[in-house]
Amino acid sequence: MTSLPAAQPARKLGLVIDLDVCVGCHACVVSCKEWNTGGYGAALSDQDPYGAEVSGTFLNRVHSFEVIPEGGEIVGEAGEARIVHFPKSCLHCDDAPCVTVCPTGASYKRTEDGIVLVDEDMCIGCGLCAWACPYGAREMDLAAGVMKKCTLCVDRIYNETIQEIDRVPSCVRTCPANARHYGDLADPQSEVSLMVAARGGIDLMPEQGTRPVNKYLPPRPRQALGAGSEQALLAENTDGATGFFAWLDGVLEKL
Amino acid sequence: MKSKPRVELSRPVSDEVRKTTCYMCACRCGIDVHIKDGKIRYIEGNRDHPVNKGVLCAKGSAGIMQHYSPARLRAPLLRTGPRGSGEFKEISWEEALGIATGWLSAVRADDPKKLAFFTGRDQSQSLTGFWAQQFGTPNYAAHGGFCSVNMAAAGIMTIGGAFWEFGAPDWDRTKLFIMFGVAEDHDSNPLKMGIAKIKKNGARFVSVNPVRTGYSAVADNWIGIRPGTDGLLILAVVHELLKARKIDVDYLMRYSNAPWLVIDAPGTSEHGLFARDADGKPLVFETVTERVVPKGTAGARPALSGRYTLEDGRAVTPSFALLADKYLDEKYAPEAVAAETGVAAETIRGLAAEIARAAFDEAIFIEQPWTDMNGERHDGYVGRPVSFHAMRGLSAHSNGFQTARALHMLQVLIGAVDCPGAFRFEPPYPKPLEAHPTPHGKAEHFGSNKPLSGPHLGFPRGPEDLLVDADGKPQRIDKAFSWDAPISAHGLMHMVIANAHAGDPYPIDVLFLYMANMAWNSSMNTAGVIAMLEDKDPATGEYKIPKIIYSDAYASETVAYADLILPDTTYLERHDCISMLDRPISEPDAVQDAIRWPVVEPDRDVRGFQSVMLDLGARLKLPGFVDQRGNSIYKDYADYIVRHERRPGIGPLAGFRGANGDRTGRGAANPDQLKRYIENGSFFSAHIPLEAQFFKHANRNYQDFAVRMGFFDTPQPVTFQLYSETLQKFRLSAEGLREPLAPETHRQRIRDSFDPLPDWYRPFEEAAVERDQFPYHAITQRPAAMYHSWGSMNPWLRQIHTRNPLYVPGPICDRHGLKDGDWVHLISSHGRIKVEIARMDAVNASTIWTWNAIGKRKGAWSLDTDVPEARKGFLMNHLIHELLPPKGDGLRWSNSDPVTGQAAWYDLRVRIEKAEPGETSEPRFPAMAEPGGRRGHPDELRYGQEWAK
Amino acid sequence: MHPALSIIVFTTVSGLGYGLAVALGLGLLDPMATATRVAHVLALGLIAAGLASSTLHLGNPQRAWRAFSQWRSSWLSREGVMAVITFLPLAASAWLALFEGRYVPALGLAGAALSLATVYCTAMIYASLKSVQTWHTPLTPLCYLLFSLAGGFALATMFAAAGGGTVTLPAVLALIFLAAAWAAKLAWRNRMNRLRPISTPETATGLGFIGKVRLFERPHINDNYLTREMGFRVARKHAAKLAMLSLGLGGLVPAALLVGLLAAGPAQGAAVAVALLAVASHATGMLVERWLFFAEARHAVMNYYGG
Repeated sequence: MTSLPAAQPARKLGLVIDLDVCVGCHACVVSCKEWNTGGYGAALSDQDPYGAEVSGTFLNRVHSFEVIPEGGEIVGEAGEARIVHFPKSCLHCDDAPCVTVCPTGASYKRTEDGIVLVDEDMCIGCGLCAWACPYGAREMDLAAGVMKKCTLCVDRIYNETIQEIDRVPSCVRTCPANARHYGDLADPQSEVSLMVAARGGIDLMPEQGTRPVNKYLPPRPRQALGAGSEQALLAENTDGATGFFAWLDGVLEKL
Repeated sequence: MKSKPRVELSRPVSDEVRKTTCYMCACRCGIDVHIKDGKIRYIEGNRDHPVNKGVLCAKGSAGIMQHYSPARLRAPLLRTGPRGSGEFKEISWEEALGIATGWLSAVRADDPKKLAFFTGRDQSQSLTGFWAQQFGTPNYAAHGGFCSVNMAAAGIMTIGGAFWEFGAPDWDRTKLFIMFGVAEDHDSNPLKMGIAKIKKNGARFVSVNPVRTGYSAVADNWIGIRPGTDGLLILAVVHELLKARKIDVDYLMRYSNAPWLVIDAPGTSEHGLFARDADGKPLVFETVTERVVPKGTAGARPALSGRYTLEDGRAVTPSFALLADKYLDEKYAPEAVAAETGVAAETIRGLAAEIARAAFDEAIFIEQPWTDMNGERHDGYVGRPVSFHAMRGLSAHSNGFQTARALHMLQVLIGAVDCPGAFRFEPPYPKPLEAHPTPHGKAEHFGSNKPLSGPHLGFPRGPEDLLVDADGKPQRIDKAFSWDAPISAHGLMHMVIANAHAGDPYPIDVLFLYMANMAWNSSMNTAGVIAMLEDKDPATGEYKIPKIIYSDAYASETVAYADLILPDTTYLERHDCISMLDRPISEPDAVQDAIRWPVVEPDRDVRGFQSVMLDLGARLKLPGFVDQRGNSIYKDYADYIVRHERRPGIGPLAGFRGANGDRTGRGAANPDQLKRYIENGSFFSAHIPLEAQFFKHANRNYQDFAVRMGFFDTPQPVTFQLYSETLQKFRLSAEGLREPLAPETHRQRIRDSFDPLPDWYRPFEEAAVERDQFPYHAITQRPAAMYHSWGSMNPWLRQIHTRNPLYVPGPICDRHGLKDGDWVHLISSHGRIKVEIARMDAVNASTIWTWNAIGKRKGAWSLDTDVPEARKGFLMNHLIHELLPPKGDGLRWSNSDPVTGQAAWYDLRVRIEKAEPGETSEPRFPAMAEPGGRRGHPDELRYGQEWAK
Repeated sequence: MHPALSIIVFTTVSGLGYGLAVALGLGLLDPMATATRVAHVLALGLIAAGLASSTLHLGNPQRAWRAFSQWRSSWLSREGVMAVITFLPLAASAWLALFEGRYVPALGLAGAALSLATVYCTAMIYASLKSVQTWHTPLTPLCYLLFSLAGGFALATMFAAAGGGTVTLPAVLALIFLAAAWAAKLAWRNRMNRLRPISTPETATGLGFIGKVRLFERPHINDNYLTREMGFRVARKHAAKLAMLSLGLGGLVPAALLVGLLAAGPAQGAAVAVALLAVASHATGMLVERWLFFAEARHAVMNYYGG
């Protein structure tokens, strides 16, 4: 059913992505691809894989942005542009516009955990849900003609045939920089919720009113080199080699 | 509304999990390969594996697509068309090995040096080196010469080990981590995991790199340095630390050669050498009794400064006095180096302050009694939690060796080598210079049908160990260990084709290469190298390099230039051994090695390269490969891994040795060894006892452990060589003071670059060209999702980097009126390329850059000829010559570090000019045919569709 | 947004068909005239052709029937449902006109109302998308409705002329709708041109607190489904020209022709031709207008793709 759950789901499973440590290595992108191309629903196809127009379906992609500081208080790197790597997949919104626009009921938000899924057998491939999503979380698979999206690895997180420790989304398990965290964002005491609270986790495009479940942890404020350690160099000082050697002899005496 | 239970939540992932070792880059992570219906369903990181602990990078996860790539070679190939055309016929292995044996046995009988055998992406150098030694050619090396030999050689000569593969930062304890240069391509998962860890711990991460991508993007502080000036920055930091007296005097006195006495006798053959006793032991000046004693004398408190006179009247000074004198000079003051490095004085001072604060104000103490090599007991380990990492960024400059030495010196000065919180060695390192062999390859070392008398590669202790003839002429085809590059510990693979083509120092008959893309991204001056490979001797009509054998798994650009192709398997189809004899996967706390095994069987007529080498060795009847009756000793590589012994009880693998598999390090061969490895996840790990985990260079407990494990037969402690006597010996030769004398042609160069104390000089290309004619730097960075050129045949990876723009700093764009999508000519003293640009601001303002090795040649890698990789992708290599611009001395010098011969990729200077809009990057190359005939490829992939429900 | 031909044809042609159905439903045409019978068939034909065209862009058109199920939340589903419901009175009216020459006001009015409702649903598919700010305004359905009526009544004028009836009422109404439609459209364009994007690269990434955000590298270099579908860009100068063209062909030319028709008085053959010309011009103008409707719309996702 494409109406959103009437009551808030008891659990809101989702991801917390730490922009302070993501190095843009694309590990999550490819792990997602390989897990899901043989998993939930149709394969994630690639068109023209060895040709000029190579392009495939991905449920998670890493963008890179350049941010040029202006305005705000930028400690330690004022005026210096920086690169921020930015992974993006479905945010499993509370008010998921992609769900309500679906004409067939293929798109739905699970009441038990808030995961937004597509029942591919019911999907007609009209593409309207992809239009409705401001985040670009949905991609039509051109070979299957159905809409694909992040399932939060629903076929991993509840999978009793794999070890409990591995029952996390593929992208989270593989991330070498530990930039991706998975958990219940409805539970204020969950590790992810505490992380969001501590680091000031944010919603993407809050103005779209989608109320995303996934949160992003912004880059931590930087501290200028040497700030707070000026004393480390000033404690003693040496004028030229002579003074240095005198000091050195003193040190050696004491050893 | 209740959602319908539409999803099958507990589907088994696969039929079986096979654990092996990844080879999508050089990290050597453990992987779980899920097999379903005989196909690879999923590859994930092995949670139990010590290298990656479950994580896996983009390349690792894309292994499926690498394994099933249409670019895989299918059968042995014999060239039918001209070189470069890609025209081959498929032949049988019997025929292929027959041809190879014919070529090689003729060379071996006639003149073994006419074989040049060089390996690229090889992780079995203990086998390939052994093979080459038994064959008897002096011309063998791997690819370190164009990779990171500066790092390796400087590390070994200074502290007995270098960064990656020799050690790692103490991620759990470090409080300040400083990374120099691009490092995204080696040890990438451990580095990412480590960076995440230190960020979590609230430690600081400083990145020194002209380009702020990858790891630099998340650094707490980014120092956008001008390329090639890192050494100067480091020496300025040293200056500040000395000035502020922030050095670990006790550490220097105990573990370094700081107190060793240096002879002060200008104009003599011993000036600048260490004063030694009759046994050759370096002397120190004992301050309590005020006399000269050999180093290591119990109870001695050696002087670090002063000037003394030996009994024989010679004047001496502790080496540290020379060091302090040198770096306290105001020419190393932050203000003095700011303009050259492009780093503000206040930033340099801040960096020094941060290092001082972390090293001394945040020192760690771990209570764990241990005993040093002098028998002294210590209550625990003092930790200086400042750690460093560097790789190609420092290495790939003509001043890279001295720069890497400067960095190691900095580590030692603050007492931050192999202590808690700092860089820590990984067994079998540390290893002193003396434990490495000297190079072999002089005329007396080889001859017809006999093995080389010792290992090819090693470390000359002085000019007397060079591989030169009586006239000082090089003996090796790559001119390694000659006056051109005396300490070229890894050879100079990048010079082999040029030298062989020129017949300088001599022509060769067979060039045998493994997995190195020398006709494309692994060579400087790519078009020139291609022409050399295609060039024929007008007299005979034969190619100047007559026979080329090449082994690779994929249809790379280089395949088209070989005459005989021995197709390798993919990494999932083969046995491999990541060996303690070679480059193991040890961690600071554990001795570790690993294997690969065929988790899927080849579906093509291909063979693992190492098994082929064993087969060739047997066909050539090489000692060590055949028994007395001439029968081959080893069935294949798997058999070799288990049964080969380098010394009694020491084989390629350290784990599960002995008849019962319960011996570690030393022990008899165990026929079930590979089975045990596979059961264990394809790796072996033995923990180092806590009392042996730190200060390994001087820790009696560790040294005993190392002997027990079989790394050495006697303890091999390391004294850190801040002052290098070896370098001084070369300088004395260059000054005409010490035999053998350096040739006149080389004297100035050696005097300038062999300072026994770490030094900085302008990179050669920058010094040679007019700076205002070529005002900018051009370098490459390594994308995390591609390993060198191996990735474009992989549809999942090539979607990430389908082409590479030239990234131009904003100020340069503004100066030249450039915007995204414009085309430019980038011009060096050697050549020009025409490429498309993109603007970038998070970069050093004088540094233009692009991603490495994304550009591909038309027709290579089984891609369509109109792919963006070939159309818009490009290589910086076209701008870089293997020789420096002429400087009027009648000689053409190699574009390499003068000490090690390391290829100076990052010395490139350029100018930029706006060009007419284009469609295709220039230079352009004609398309190559698909070797062995085109079999086509699918227009659409739906991998795993058969498992969809 | 990518201007997909199937969708442009669908909205233009079905809009014309529903507009004509409204004119027929209001009983503006002589039910006895053969031309009116043809008009009924044409209305149904245009609607059917439009709907058929709309299925061309589906990935799995064989499941299209499922689209009737989610009318509670989905404007696309509502459109489908309304199209089917509307078909009943329209088909009945057509049957009566074709075979009995009758006009039944109740049935006609119901058909007209439902036709307008269907066009409204179509427009709301776009207008309901917050992710496409240009569309997200009540002016969008207003434009769709008025354009549908303008085209339909122009067409009705032609059939009135062909049937020998009076053209004044349909032509005057067509002129009024044309004027209103273009007034609404100009207001719509005006709004579009002055729009301050509610979402920016800064809000999309949450990095605005540091500074100005711009795309450095796409996640994958080539285009993907999202950039092909939402990343269409049309040059501003080019768009302005096309907007003028759509106004000329879709508004000024048909208006001039209809005014000429009214001024020239009844001359059946010529009137039919002039009205046909007006309709053809308007329909062509509408195709351009619809192309621009998509091509000029910027989707929020392009904040992640540097668009």
